[in-house]
Formats: sequence, structure tokens, C-alpha cells
Amino acid sequence: MFNNILEQLINGLRTGSIYALIALGYTMVYGIAKMINFAHGDIIMVGAYALYVAIVLLHLPVIPAIIFTCVVCSVLGILIERIAYKPLRNAPRLAVLITAIGVSYFLQSASLLIFKATPIPFQSIINIQSINIGGVTISGITIVTLVVTTISMIALTLFINKTKAGSAMRAVSEDMGAAQLVGINVNRTITLTFAIGSFLAAVAGILYICQYQSLKPTMGALPGIKAFVAAVLGGIGSIPGAMLGGIILGIIESLSKAFISTELSDAIVFSVLVIVLLVKPSGFLGKKKNEKV
Amino acid sequence: MLKVKNLNVYYGNIHAIKDVSIEVNEGEIVSLIGANGAGKTTTLQTISGLLKARSGEIEFLGHDLIKTEPHKILQLGVAQVPEGRRVFAELSVKENLQLGAYTIKDTAENIKEDRKMVYKRFPRLQERKKQLAGTLSGGEQQMLAMGRALMSRPKILLLDEPSMGLSPLLVKEIFEIIKEVNKSGVTVLLVEQNAKMALSISDRAYVLETGKIAMEGNAKELMQDEAIKKAYLGA
Repeated sequence: MFNNILEQLINGLRTGSIYALIALGYTMVYGIAKMINFAHGDIIMVGAYALYVAIVLLHLPVIPAIIFTCVVCSVLGILIERIAYKPLRNAPRLAVLITAIGVSYFLQSASLLIFKATPIPFQSIINIQSINIGGVTISGITIVTLVVTTISMIALTLFINKTKAGSAMRAVSEDMGAAQLVGINVNRTITLTFAIGSFLAAVAGILYICQYQSLKPTMGALPGIKAFVAAVLGGIGSIPGAMLGGIILGIIESLSKAFISTELSDAIVFSVLVIVLLVKPSGFLGKKKNEKV
Repeated sequence: MLKVKNLNVYYGNIHAIKDVSIEVNEGEIVSLIGANGAGKTTTLQTISGLLKARSGEIEFLGHDLIKTEPHKILQLGVAQVPEGRRVFAELSVKENLQLGAYTIKDTAENIKEDRKMVYKRFPRLQERKKQLAGTLSGGEQQMLAMGRALMSRPKILLLDEPSMGLSPLLVKEIFEIIKEVNKSGVTVLLVEQNAKMALSISDRAYVLETGKIAMEGNAKELMQDEAIKKAYLGA
């Protein structure tokens, strides 16, 4: 029983760290551009198809295929921002939100046109033996997922806190006008944010597809919406919040699947969101902000 | 150095700035005084490029600022210390100053020298360099906002209500520093509600009333003007 709980916790950590990677994209874009990029989940789907194209159709080796996937997603993120969101910089927030939903449908429909609706099976590119520690089995994909997400999060944290571009991002997120007054190019900072967020979504997409091994055009929707929940849970706009929110969400999901009900696990996850927001509307690590008049 | 000609700025349908013309010569301290809502901040925001003018000209050292983006205006040498300081509260004092030098293309060594100069001018910032800017007192935040602007090596400093919310003693200190900064070769355009203080350190001044220039002239002469005395100097 104890080993079982431990295994479920580790599974939860694996799924949760993927949610966390995706949630980082939501939270960073929200922090900088003050918008919810609902097309973010579909970047995962594009990443998964990009990996499929690279490995199965182009026969690229694993490492170039991964690089290809990350480049495709980052460029796509930048293009989406430039084409769909930038013209709406001063538009009402609702217009931007609806546009984001439109972009999401556009990406899903485009991949439906290209790759059709039938799910495509995909062989995982991660072939590492599972290990056994004191009776607890940890699969190869779990190890890789945990290592990759940990490295990504450390790298992102260092980037945000230690580099000039990172402090520019923090400045824009806090006060866009003041950031412009110290000479920060806000448009370039927003572009960079979308590129980083989409890069992380590509990494998440690769890990996700290695776990689920099947591609379909709507595959980004559910992890996307759960990662959004994770970002809100952790406090939207907060980077450590997104990491924490993602991991907590993954663990709750995994434990409820194992010990309560597989069918109810999503309902439980969303109920947790409702409860947390009732008790602490700003999320775990979110800051209470007084809206400026 | 800075020439604003027939500037008109609107907020939606509200005509906030009406045909305002201002000139600042190199080395001067010029102040823009007027009541709350007269359009002082709007004028500065438009010079810095954060607000767009509907018509008029803004020229700085031969460059047209009207269509220039805010970060490029800063690079030309126009730095603003905004109303309410607007320091980056969640960044440390040092990080705030470092961001002030964001557009400076120079060695880290020389930027560090600039930072030392700021610390010399504002010793209290040095004591608190690791502290988050949000934890500073109002006076310290004003100093940080000024230090941050100075880090960009400005040719002209636009100061928006530096005295706001500060004790009379601190206001005096801040104005002393403005004079020193000006003596070190930085031209100053000062926006103030505290007309007495502003006029006392200025060479020239403009009086803004409901978006229009109501009066302009030598600061000392304006201080003697009966109408100004009555409306702004509390005499």
C-alpha cells in the first residue's frame, strides 16, 4: 500500500511537471502582456506533430528532431503574437481573449486538414530502462521527464533573475509604462516571452507525446486547460506559482485516479480549483493587486 | 534644446493639451506649474512618447520626437522621473538602477562607475541596495527613481512632481539634489504643484491652466506677479 502511494505520487510528479512547463507559458504571457493565451495548449499539439514529422516522415535522429520541434514551436509562438495579438495591444481585453480562442481553433483545424482526424500512433523516443528503488518502480520516461523539467525550470529561473533580458521582463510585467521610460522595448520583450513560453510548450509536448504515444488535432486542449488551471492555482503571473500549481495538480490528479475514480479525476481537479479560488482568489503565490484607477 | 510647438493631446474626446508651446534651453531649469488636472503630466508623457499627440511638434536636438518610440526617445537623452516614482517595487534597488542603464552600450565596469556616482549622490540608496524597492520610504523611492533616470546618462531630465507626498524637509533635500544635477550639466524640465519650491530653483517657468499656457517668463519675475502669488503661492 505504501509503495503504491509512493508510485502514484511519482506518477503525479511526472504529469504535474509537464503541466508546470505548460503553465509557465500561460503565466509568463499573462504577467507581461496581461492576456490569457488560450492557444497555448495547441502549441503542445503542434510540437507533438512537429516531432512526428521530424522522426517518422523526415527520419531525423532524435536530437535534431527535438531541436526542430522547439524551433517550430518558438517561431509559431512569435508569429501568433505578431499576427493575432500585437494589432490588439490597445483593444479591450475581451477582444484579445476571443482572438486567442480563435487562434486555438485555427491551429486545431489546420492540423485536422493536414493530418486528418484519425489518431496517429507514435513510438516514444525515450528508451530508458525503468529502475527499481526499494520496491518502487520508476519508469524511464518518468526519470527523463523529471530531469528535463527540473533543468528547464532552473534555467528559466536563472534567466529571469540573473540576465538583463530577464530583469527587463520583470520590469515590463510590473509596470509597462515605467519600463518604457527606462528604455525597454516592450514589443521585443513580449516577443521574447512568447518565444520562451512556446519553447517550454514544445518541451512539454515532446514529453507528453512520449507518454501518451498517440497524436490527434485536439490533443492539446486538455493538458492546455489543466495547465491553465495550474497557473491560476499557483497565482497567475507568478513563475514559482505555475511550477507549484502544476505539480500539485498532477499529484491530485494521479492520487484521485488511483484511489477514488478515473472518471471523476478531472472533476476533482477542477473542484480543487473552485475551492482554492474561494479561499484564496489570488492563488497560492499570487499577489493581491489593487487595480489602478 | 527641447522645443514643443502647438501641441494638442486628447484623451478620447477630451482635449487635454491645447496648443501648448514650451522651449527649454541647454543648461536651464524650466518648470511647468499649475493646478491638478492642468495637463502637466500629460505634457511630459507626450514628450516621452507614452502618449500620442494629435497635432503639434516636439523637437529635441534636431530629432522629431512625435513619431519616435519611447525607448528611442530615452536613447536620445530624454529621461523621465515619472509621477508617483514608479520604481520597480519587486526588484532590488541595485536592479532598478541597473535597468536605468538598460540602453547604455558600455562596459559593465563603466556602468558600475555610473552606479557609484548615483550612490555618492544618494548615500541612502547604497545602504539599501539589496532591499526591494517597494520597501523603501517615499523619499528614498524618489531618490531611486531619480537615480534610475540618471543611469541612462540623460541630457535632459523630466521630473514629474518630485515633491509629491514628501515632508518639507525631504522636499528641500530633493530640490537641492535637482540643483546639483543641473549644475553637473543636465538640463531640467520640472513639473510641480509646489509652485513656490519650483520657481525658487528655476530659471524660467510656464503656468499651465486647463491645458493651456496661461503665462510664461522668468521665474523670479513670476514669483513677484500678483496673480501668480494669489493663485499658486498662497499669498
